Amino acid sequence: MEAILGILIAALLSQNFILVKFYGICPFMGVSKKIDTALGMGVAVTFVMALASAACWAVDVFMLQPLNLGYMQTVSFILVIASLVQVVEMFLKKFVPALYKALGVFLPLITTNCAVLGVVLVNAQNGYHVADAWQFLLSVVNGAAGGLGFTLAIVLFASVRERVDKAEPPECFKGFPIALITAGLLALAFMGFSGLKIF
Amino acid sequence: MNFKKQFMEGLLTKNPVTVQLLGMCSTLAITTSLFNGIGMGLAVTIILTCSNVLISALRKVIPNQIRIAAYITIIAGFVTVVDLLLKAYIPALSESLGVFIPLIVVNCIVLGRAEAFASKNGVLASAVDGICQGIGYTVALVIVCVIRELLGSGTFGGGLLGEGGAGIRIIPEQFPAMQIVMPVGGFLVLGFVLAGSQALMKRMNNKSKKKEGAK
Repeated sequence: MEAILGILIAALLSQNFILVKFYGICPFMGVSKKIDTALGMGVAVTFVMALASAACWAVDVFMLQPLNLGYMQTVSFILVIASLVQVVEMFLKKFVPALYKALGVFLPLITTNCAVLGVVLVNAQNGYHVADAWQFLLSVVNGAAGGLGFTLAIVLFASVRERVDKAEPPECFKGFPIALITAGLLALAFMGFSGLKIF
Repeated sequence: MNFKKQFMEGLLTKNPVTVQLLGMCSTLAITTSLFNGIGMGLAVTIILTCSNVLISALRKVIPNQIRIAAYITIIAGFVTVVDLLLKAYIPALSESLGVFIPLIVVNCIVLGRAEAFASKNGVLASAVDGICQGIGYTVALVIVCVIRELLGSGTFGGGLLGEGGAGIRIIPEQFPAMQIVMPVGGFLVLGFVLAGSQALMKRMNNKSKKKEGAK
């Protein structure tokens, strides 16, 4: 239990995926102009990250490791993620059309979100990819927690950005530069969590 | 093909980082020393050029519906090659860039150029485009690296120059602001660099307008 709580705290606060580790900056910058869309993107990413962690764990443990194909990790993981996103999209379209409408536009973008590939590679590096139910659970939790961290950061950022848009920065700071500086200040706030450990 | 125009586009007017805003993750994450910046820039340039050439050569063979999947597979192949080569020959770089080398697969620059350029143009033009965009990316990375390293650790050329690769010390040890090499600094410095490049572009546009007006 402690391990799971530790993973959650790290992924949400002290090792936040976006603001500390810089995974998934593209959607963080691109889809954060409104709180609603940011929340939608966050939910979609969390969902896909948890699924991808599970699927890639299975691919690594049952296919790559027995065949000694460790060097194929990057290629196979990205293919798993790309097809997973496609499957999720088709599934939602058919069975949960309401959710599909809400998340539809974000789903194709998720394939190239480095948070998803990033969390899977980190899982592999952390040694979660072992044929063991507990390790499987840990990698799924890490995926979901990373997604929640992403959601937290992007929603916070979107709500700040909605207000910053109304301000008048100097000409050359308009648009992206001021958004980056906003993100910098948010990251500064998250630095306060570094070193946070409960156990 | 207009090589000079492509070069200027890659370097300045359509710079992948400062104008197209692609590949932000690596730009923010690894730009803490000159060594990292140059290494990452060269790795991306090589992968971008190779994938551009192969995708452009195969552009009439790949069916339109599955083109993205095909591009990603090709790119992932080259990334794996570069990853393994770095692990074997430059382990220090591989270690300090860490997971961001395999993450080049999802670097929007590579996929973006494949979709926007290589899938529509010939092999030679695509190769030139890959090299130019790669150089533009490297230059942007190096600028961010130099600023962050100077302000954050007070050195220049970390990993490359100085004794034991510690870099040449410019600001005395007790002064630099540690925060600049931490995540906060990445966002702030890149924000200021982008603002600077926007100001520069605007000035250039004004000048060329004035020239046209004078004619």
